[in-house]
Formats: sequence, structure tokens, C-alpha cells
Amino acid sequence: MNTKDWKILLVDDEHEFITTLAERLELRGINPRVVFDGESALEAVAAAEPHVMVLDVLMPGIKGLEVLERIKRTNPNVQVLLLTGHGSTRDGIEGMRLGAFDYMMKPLNIDTLIEKMDSAIDYANKAAAAAKKGEGL
Amino acid sequence: MFKLTKLLGHPLHELQSDVDEAVSPERYTLLRRKIIALMMAACLIPLSVMAVLNYYEHQNAMAREIQNPLRVLVNKTKNSFELFLTERSSTVSLIASAYTYQELNDEQKLARIFSVMKREFDGFVDLGLIDEHGTQVNYVGPYSLRGKNYADQRWFQEVRLKGKYVSDVFMGFRKFPHVIVAVQHMTEDGRTWILRATLDTRQFERIIASMSLEPDADAFLVNTQGLMQTSSNNYGKVLEKLTFPLPPQTYEPAVLTMIDPLGREVFLSYSYFPEADFVLMAVKPRSSVLKTWYTVRGDLLFIFVAGVAVVLFAAMRVTDALIQRMKESEERRELALRQVEHSQKLSSIGRLAAGVAHEINNPLAIINEKAGLMKDIIAMQGEFPAREKILAQVESVLRTVERCRGITHRMLGFARRMDVSIEELDLGEIVTECAGFLSNEAMHRKVEVRLDIDPLLPRINSDRSQLQQVFLNLFNNALAAVSDGGHIEATARPISGEEGEGVEIVVADNGCGMSDETLKHIFEPFFTTKKGKGTGLGLSITYGIIKRLGGEIAVESAQGVGTTLTITLPKGQREAMA
Repeated sequence: MNTKDWKILLVDDEHEFITTLAERLELRGINPRVVFDGESALEAVAAAEPHVMVLDVLMPGIKGLEVLERIKRTNPNVQVLLLTGHGSTRDGIEGMRLGAFDYMMKPLNIDTLIEKMDSAIDYANKAAAAAKKGEGL
Repeated sequence: MFKLTKLLGHPLHELQSDVDEAVSPERYTLLRRKIIALMMAACLIPLSVMAVLNYYEHQNAMAREIQNPLRVLVNKTKNSFELFLTERSSTVSLIASAYTYQELNDEQKLARIFSVMKREFDGFVDLGLIDEHGTQVNYVGPYSLRGKNYADQRWFQEVRLKGKYVSDVFMGFRKFPHVIVAVQHMTEDGRTWILRATLDTRQFERIIASMSLEPDADAFLVNTQGLMQTSSNNYGKVLEKLTFPLPPQTYEPAVLTMIDPLGREVFLSYSYFPEADFVLMAVKPRSSVLKTWYTVRGDLLFIFVAGVAVVLFAAMRVTDALIQRMKESEERRELALRQVEHSQKLSSIGRLAAGVAHEINNPLAIINEKAGLMKDIIAMQGEFPAREKILAQVESVLRTVERCRGITHRMLGFARRMDVSIEELDLGEIVTECAGFLSNEAMHRKVEVRLDIDPLLPRINSDRSQLQQVFLNLFNNALAAVSDGGHIEATARPISGEEGEGVEIVVADNGCGMSDETLKHIFEPFFTTKKGKGTGLGLSITYGIIKRLGGEIAVESAQGVGTTLTITLPKGQREAMA
């Protein structure tokens, strides 16, 4: 899949960070949607399911891990990459347990982020193909 | 970093000093004294009471055992005296009754009677017949006393009054101590006459000698005026005044204790004679009769003193052991409390570090993205003036962000024992840096720290913060082991073997060293030789870190020579790293 076709949702309460990140991704041919809290993220997913959601763990209102849990219940195909500013693996591991595809620590390396998005989309595609094959059988 | 050193290496020493302050030696000294005093009192008061009671009971028993025989002896001797005097006076009475005045006035007949008396009874010296006027009309004996008149003498008055009389010892006409037995007889026609016999006082001495007294004992007769009737070893000669007052009158033998004129404590046994003017006395020094008691008392005293010494020794040993146990227990409790407190502090530091990391990481992320965007934009632009210069500045910002990221992660690494974070690093730099952390203390104690880092030492892939902890721990241990003025040497060199390339770091000291027994347990958790000053976790953690980093650690030590710790680390990662 071409990067232009990737449906990416960025969720973080740090406006400066997330909008700049979105701009950088756009420069690389990826057109993400940006929301700034957990509630908006749930609404955005309900409106249009993204391939990958980049989700900050620590946000005001609904926390990142709760958003993840709810998304995985309603939209299990959405691949979630968790962002943590703690410098700790604890939240990342907890997120993986809840179904996150991977986690990354701030500050990000954008190339690594894009690699992980690619892997997530590839994983999602393969999983969907496998599911279809199973249904066909 | 000095604070960091303290956090890693010194806090347990600090905790111990706090514990030492809390477990004050004065408190234990006071407690020790109290326990010993209590134990001594509990043991010695009954022992002392028993000893005192035993002393008085034994003394009383001994006194009774001594007094009774003495009383019996005096009674027996008094009976002997009374028998002697009664026999003599009865003999004289019999003769006075059996013979008439005329017969007794016959010189030959009186001589014959006297010779029979002397043969049958010891002690008669002479025999005389005295008329009612007191004139001795007939006399048989060794003195020339015929014709002597006794009308003025006391005994004559006494016998006229009582009919029979036994005198006490007196000098009389013969100027020699003697005793007389006189009997008055009345004829049918109303005339009275007196038959008088003289007794030898040596018989008294013989009776007293038959008492078989010890050399320091004494027995004698006195009259009721206190004049000696027989000689005494210590209290006067015959007819001298007794040197102490007469005891209260009693006809039954009595015993009393007194201090005699010689200053001795004595038992005085005595008895008054009902029929004669005599008092029989026997004196025994208390010291001689209680000699056996004094021996027993010496033995008892020795047993008492030995018992006290044993009780004291046992009380001190038991108390010392008890106090030691209490002290150790209290130290452990205090140390545990301090460790909990320390853990709580570390936990607080960890939470603080996590908060700081989060607060810094978010702005860093923004800087990172902004700089990244700038770099992206510049990259998309064509050549323009100062392009390279601006790009270089942006790169610099990105490197700085990466550096800050490393710092926040290392903060968490120290405080929260984060995951192993592998990076390519210069081990020589870490060793030098860690040795530098201790330079202040080493300089203060004049400990020489020598570093020998091979310039060809390869860079290795390992965890900087974990290795910092390892080398800080090793240097701290070495510094604790060496005396002031000692030396610590650290060498780092490249190695290569079957498992590939790596580095070897040797930390050697000339400190007190360790025994073989200690070496067997040196890497076990909670094993320590610092007697309460360490947790016994330092080398255990070091061992765990080195193993996690794929390395090996070995130790050699000799008591009094020093200790050498050798660490080998792989140049790259091994399976253990995964």
C-alpha cells in the first residue's frame, strides 16, 4: 500500500508536538488526522477507521490506555502505536498486553515511527487476508 | 556525581552510623549493670541469709554442745568435793559419837584413832580435842598445837552454834593454808567438847586435777568472799582475791560467757556448795572450745566467697550473652527500619525522576519535531546561502535532544534500575570516571589509586549506568578494605579468546583480604563480613549485573595481603544480554 493511502490518526494533547509531527509526515507523503484528546480519538475512529493510531499514553480526560482498550473492543483492526514520555517501558508493556502493536518513547525518531507504521499496516493486512481466507474455507 | 556516588556506595555505611547512634553503648552498659545487679541480688540475698542463719545456728549448737559437758563436769567435780568433805566430816562425827571425852583425851588412844583415820581416809593432817573453853586439850599431828586456845576463832564460834562445821581455807596458828572439820559433842552431864580434824588442801588440788582440763582451761575453788581456795593458773594463788566478780549464787551448775581479766572471751561454769563456803569454778576460753567451729567457719566462708565468685562470673557471662543478643537483634531491627526508610527515599527519587523525565521528554519531543521539520524543509529547498550552516545548527539541536534523552533515561536507570540499555562505550572512561568519584576520600585517607588503562582498549557494547554501578561498588569495597596509606590499582586491557574479543578489568587492593571460608560465600546475597555495616548485597548485585552483561567475575584474596577482583566483558553482546 502506498503511503498516500495510509489512514493515520495522531492523538496527543501536546499541540505543538503532534501538529509538527503531522507536518513532517505530510512532507513524507503521509496524511494523518490529528486530534488532541481521547474522546475526540474515539469519535474519529468511529467516524473513519484508521489503519494506524499513534496514541499518547498520558493525556487529560480519557487516558491513552483506556482509549486503547475501548478501540480494541470496537475496532480491533486498528493498529495502535503507543507514545510514552516516561522513559519507562512499563506503560508500553501494559499497552502491548491490551493489544497495542508497539510502543515508542519520546522524543521520537521519525524514520523509526514510519517503519513501525509500515509494519503495523503490513501486519493488519496480513491478518485481514488470513481472516478472509478463514471465512472462505 | 559525588551525590550519585553516595547514593550507590555509601548509604549503607551512613545507615549503620545512624543505627550505631540509635543503639547507644551507654544504654547497654546501664542495662548490663542492672541485670547483673538483679541476678546477683537474686542469688546472693538468699545465700547470705542462709549463711548468716547457718552461722548463728551452728554457733548456738556448738555453744550448747560445749556448755553442757562443762556443766556436767562442774557438777561431777562439785559432787566429788562434797563427797570428800561429807566423808571426812562423817568420820569425825562418828569418832566423836563412838568415843567418850576421856577416851579421846587419852593421848595414845587418840593417836591410835588418828592412825586408823589416816589409813582409811586420805587427807587428814591432824586431830585434836578441844574443851568447851576453846582449849585444845589433846592433839595428834605434825604441829605443836596442844594447849592452843581457839575461843576467839571464827570456826570455834560457828561449830558452837551449828554443831558441825567445815571451814574454808585459812592460815590459822600453823600459818599454812588448811581446812578444818569440827564436830561438837555433848555429854550426858551437859558438858560439850569439840573434835576437830584438819584436812590437807592438796586433796582439793587432786580432785581438780581429776577434771583433766585442757592446758588453757582452768578450775578452782573460791569462797563466798571471793578468796581463792585453790591455786588458779590465771586468776590468783591460794587466799588471794579472785580477779573477777563472783557470779550470781546458784547451787545448780550454771554456765555463762564473759570476758575474763586477761581479755579472753570465756565460758564460766560454776556452782555454789550448799553445805560449805565454797564455789567451784571452771573456765574455758571460747576460742579453744570453738576451734572446730572456726575451721568450719573458714570452710563456709571459702564456699561462700567461691559461690559468690561463681555466681558473679555466671551472671556476667549470661548477661553479656543476653546483651549481645539484644544488641544484635536491635541493630538488625534498626538497620531494617533504616533500609525501609532508605528504600522509601529511593522510591521517592524514582517517582521524582519519572516525573522529571516525563516533563522534560515532552518539550524535548517538541524540540525534536520542530528541528526535524526544519531539517526536512531545508532538505527540500535548493541551495541557498548559509544552507549548510543552518543544517549543521539543526543537526546540533537534534544531537543535543538525543543527549538529553540519554540523560533522562540514565536518571531513571539509577533510580529505578531500568532495563539494560546497550550502547557503544569506552570502558576506560567509565573506570576513570568511577575512580574519580572516590578521589576525595582516597586523598583524605592517603590511599593511592593507580589506573592503568591500555590505550588500545576497544570500545564495547554494554550498559553504561550498570557498569558505573559495578565499578563504584568495587572501588568502594577496595577503599573499605585498605588501611590509610594503602593502595588500589585498576588495570584495563583487551583480551581475546575462544569466545571472542573483550576487555579485562582488574581491581586489586592491599587491604585486609578474606579467608577461604569468606571467599566461598562472597557472591551470595546477604553475606557480609562488615558486621552489620553492609547489607551483603553489593557483590551479589555486581555479580548479577556482570552476568546480565555477558561477562565473568572472579576473586582472589589472601588474608593480610589483599584482594583482587577480575572482570571480563565481551566486546559485543552475548545471549545473556537478550
